[in-house]
Amino acid sequence: MDAITQVTPSELMVTIAARELRDGESVLVGVGIPNLAANLAKRLHAPNLILIYESGTIGSNPSRMPLSIGDPCLVTGAKSVCSMYEQFAYYIQGGRIDVGFLGGAQIDKFGNINSTVIGSYKQPKVRLPGSGGACETASNVKKIIVITPHEKRRFIEKVDFVTSPGFLDGKAQWEKLKFQGGGPYAVITNLCTLKFDEVTGEMTLSALNPGVTVAQVQENTPWTLKVAEPLAQNPAPTEEELRVLRSLDPERIYLG
Amino acid sequence: MDSHKVMTMKEAVSKFVHDGDTTYLAGFTHLIPFAAGHEIIRQGRKDLTLCRATPDIIYDQMIAAGCAKKIVFSYAGNPGVGSLRCFRRATEKGIPKPLEIEEYTHFGLSGRLFAGATNMPFLPLRTNLGSDLPAQNPNIRSVHNPYADEEVSVVPPLKPDVAVVHVQRCDASGNAHIWGIVGEQKDAAFAAKKVILSAEEIVSEDVIRSDPNRTLIPDFIVHAVVHEPWAAHPSYTQGYYDRDNEFYVQWDEITKEHETTLKYLDEWVYGVEDRAAYVKKLGPEKLAKLKPKPLMSVPVNYGSV
Repeated sequence: MDAITQVTPSELMVTIAARELRDGESVLVGVGIPNLAANLAKRLHAPNLILIYESGTIGSNPSRMPLSIGDPCLVTGAKSVCSMYEQFAYYIQGGRIDVGFLGGAQIDKFGNINSTVIGSYKQPKVRLPGSGGACETASNVKKIIVITPHEKRRFIEKVDFVTSPGFLDGKAQWEKLKFQGGGPYAVITNLCTLKFDEVTGEMTLSALNPGVTVAQVQENTPWTLKVAEPLAQNPAPTEEELRVLRSLDPERIYLG
Repeated sequence: MDSHKVMTMKEAVSKFVHDGDTTYLAGFTHLIPFAAGHEIIRQGRKDLTLCRATPDIIYDQMIAAGCAKKIVFSYAGNPGVGSLRCFRRATEKGIPKPLEIEEYTHFGLSGRLFAGATNMPFLPLRTNLGSDLPAQNPNIRSVHNPYADEEVSVVPPLKPDVAVVHVQRCDASGNAHIWGIVGEQKDAAFAAKKVILSAEEIVSEDVIRSDPNRTLIPDFIVHAVVHEPWAAHPSYTQGYYDRDNEFYVQWDEITKEHETTLKYLDEWVYGVEDRAAYVKKLGPEKLAKLKPKPLMSVPVNYGSV
């Protein structure tokens, strides 16, 4: 059986993202793909992962797929529930979140994320939802992980609008603002894992997904991409990973 | 028992929501006061400044109905579905009328309510720096930290003219028990000049006093109490009814055009007299589908010598 050809891009990204989560970490989870990654990790190698949702639920234990950030199943059986202000003040600004998942329409070379507008702010080509809690998450959480399809319209040398700061124009500028958080940590795509140069803060190809070449990644990235030495390979999802993952989203709402 | 506050939604909106008001209809995906929103539309309120972290379907409806002059928000999406088409039509094309926007992050906007509720001059926050948002919103400023060498982002207090909060239960004078996702309900109520409370159940004062830690809103900041079962549909009320996700998905289709949106409003807002008529129109099958299985918490001991 050729396991790889039977894996959807979403399944691949979720599995690789789940492997980035460590047991005992507190994770700020979004709905959809990040929720699957966190719940997969919790059922495999990280049983003590603390799932925190932006709506103020702490230590959630969802019995089914939450369909929005405020799904009542995130409250049922949670360790704690707090107000919106308390969530941002005590948990995010309080520096108590280890990993946060963010998404957006565009991400650039230094991990800045745009979820506000395509085009100009005053005359947008496309008006997107805006920050929500993304900006404070980017500013205060220790590790930011972005899961996104690897497409040229999403990867862009400079985002149209910085909704959530990555390393801005480079790590030197980022350091001046004295963020509490650690900044962008990993970008996980259907092609590869990208991490960020420790000195410059530039996005760097760090590991290839099975069957993918450096040339393919470069083709889908509009700037000349730095490549890590040595370049790692992401192992294909195991049968166990796929079995557990598919049981989390039996209707394949997010797995495709 | 102070029961002069108990009234219908029609009376509450007529008395406490005026043209040109700044409103905050609270609820972070949970307990969204749709019944109040629909009544505001029916009474034809206009030039409102609508504040909500997540405008959600409720403000999308009020924008389409022409109630809004301005929107103050931090995430304008249809949660779990996609975009808010009426919000976008108004901001991008001025349909049905132009809509000013004032945009924050979630922490920024919930911080503004907290500052309003606690009467602070402004609130420092560890966010916004490095983002392009402050350049687009002159209300997001920064100050030098007087205790350390750093810039700190600040937001001003928000004090809405009127807040509407939906709760699971309250007594006739407005002491309110809320549980589940408690969002910004308490902050909105304390920040606002007037507070309209709607509740799934009106209970005796004894029930409230049996569990005072659950009372997030005390009666003396409340101006109107409306007994309004199913007031939060299509959002939800923890323990009473679940979110109508089907409707959240349908809203995307309903709002494809301004005309199709108006057709919906004609049928489900203007075409019903009040929330009771709306609930009747939803029908028993839909209601039964949304009813959760009970899951009671273990009682706590509040005894004292």
